[in-house]
Amino acid sequence: MVLLFWRTLLALPLAWRQREKVYDQLFEIGNASLLMVCILSFFIGGVIALQTGPVLVERGLTSAVGGLVGISIAKELAPVMMSILIAGRIGSAMAAEIGSMRVYQEIDALRTMNINPIHYLVLPRITAIALAVPLLVIFSILAGWLGGAAVSAANGRIDIAFQAFFQNLREIVGLREVANGVFKSFCFALVVGVVSCHQGLITIGGPRGIGRSVTKAVVNSIVLIVILDYALTRLLLK
Amino acid sequence: MSHSQSNSAAVSVQVRGLRRSYNGQEVLKGLDFEVKPGEIFVIMGPSGSGKSVLLKHIIGLEIPDAGEILINDESIQSPGVMEKHRMAMVFQSGALLNSLTVGENVGLYLSEHQLLAPADIGRVVSEKLEVVGLKGTEDKMPNELSGGMKKRVAIARALVVEPQLILYDEPTSELDPLSAVVIGEEILKLKDRVHVTTIVVSHDRDLAFGVADRIAVINDGRIVSIGTPEEIKHISDPLIRKFLTADFKRPDSR
Repeated sequence: MVLLFWRTLLALPLAWRQREKVYDQLFEIGNASLLMVCILSFFIGGVIALQTGPVLVERGLTSAVGGLVGISIAKELAPVMMSILIAGRIGSAMAAEIGSMRVYQEIDALRTMNINPIHYLVLPRITAIALAVPLLVIFSILAGWLGGAAVSAANGRIDIAFQAFFQNLREIVGLREVANGVFKSFCFALVVGVVSCHQGLITIGGPRGIGRSVTKAVVNSIVLIVILDYALTRLLLK
Repeated sequence: MSHSQSNSAAVSVQVRGLRRSYNGQEVLKGLDFEVKPGEIFVIMGPSGSGKSVLLKHIIGLEIPDAGEILINDESIQSPGVMEKHRMAMVFQSGALLNSLTVGENVGLYLSEHQLLAPADIGRVVSEKLEVVGLKGTEDKMPNELSGGMKKRVAIARALVVEPQLILYDEPTSELDPLSAVVIGEEILKLKDRVHVTTIVVSHDRDLAFGVADRIAVINDGRIVSIGTPEEIKHISDPLIRKFLTADFKRPDSR
């Protein structure tokens, strides 16, 4: 897996040559995920506001609601939850597609034509996922904040106006916090891309082997995301 | 063609002492043979005798445990040898990329190596598809094609490489007799037209005796016999006789 990542890094100068495949993959990832990312994030933001808002308001910490929702969405929930979602939606598709190409000898056919499978299959996918996930996470953060603000305004036990929510949010959450979350999502995207492509490339057996690869790609990605999340959080802690 | 390289002569292939095991089970047990430039060499044998594994070693998809393969007297393990000679393989399943159209599959080698402008690639693709009798199928997807058509597209894809050595893995398996004859004719036509060295792996007796200059019979990872079709037909080895004369008999037949 580390070797695959290294070989993909070495092949990075060729990404421009593979730009059409990168665009295709970007469209695939964005088109498949944007709406779901926004809906999920909106409700996650709403749930955080609903869970923490009444407790904070009861203790006179009304001004902390926007900040708490804002920072937990930006630094933690959006990057982690969206990367897990991408592992399930896109990582599984990558492992299945490359895995079936391996099983049905399409990758062997590429190699007989002197076409490097890392350049042809892995590079465009990893480039696209590394570009798409941080963008999706920006949408996720915005949707999460909106969800938190909407619930805070609509719920009688919280009752914080939209404008007050965002004013409070801005006092605590700055560009640095958002960049922190986006950077984490970039690292998670690389994990999902490399793990999924690697699982696809080492697929053996028939349809059962493809199924096994897909499961491993998703499970291993999620485990590594959570472990890496802890490491990155420690590293990026002020 | 503009992308042709200067070296277009058919190549010789020598296999020396080739051994390969998988999970402790020896599949290739020391194979030795030579294929002359421009020859059609058919490797016959029962299923599981190591024929397809042998082809994968010749094209460099697998690395042997022992022994070597020489192309024009140079080991394929030596740096640059595989790149120096143009080789192509027609897989048993066709191995077309299912996400690409027929035209994109056939032109893949040219487009990925940026050997021709897109318009010229389109022209070459049409030419090669016409050679295999599939002109006008450029925009079809592989899943719209029959088994025989997929194999012919795979042959067209191999032709684009303008190979000096072409390998066929069970080219007539899963095909009806008429399609099998068409594939056999394609193999012969190719040899006449581009003087390519051809190695065919098959257990189709009709194809082997129809197209081969020489036949090698392989069993249990070993070469049992090598000779011209006439020589092989008259060999008295019981295993070869059994393989060549095996026929289905109804239980009630006398």
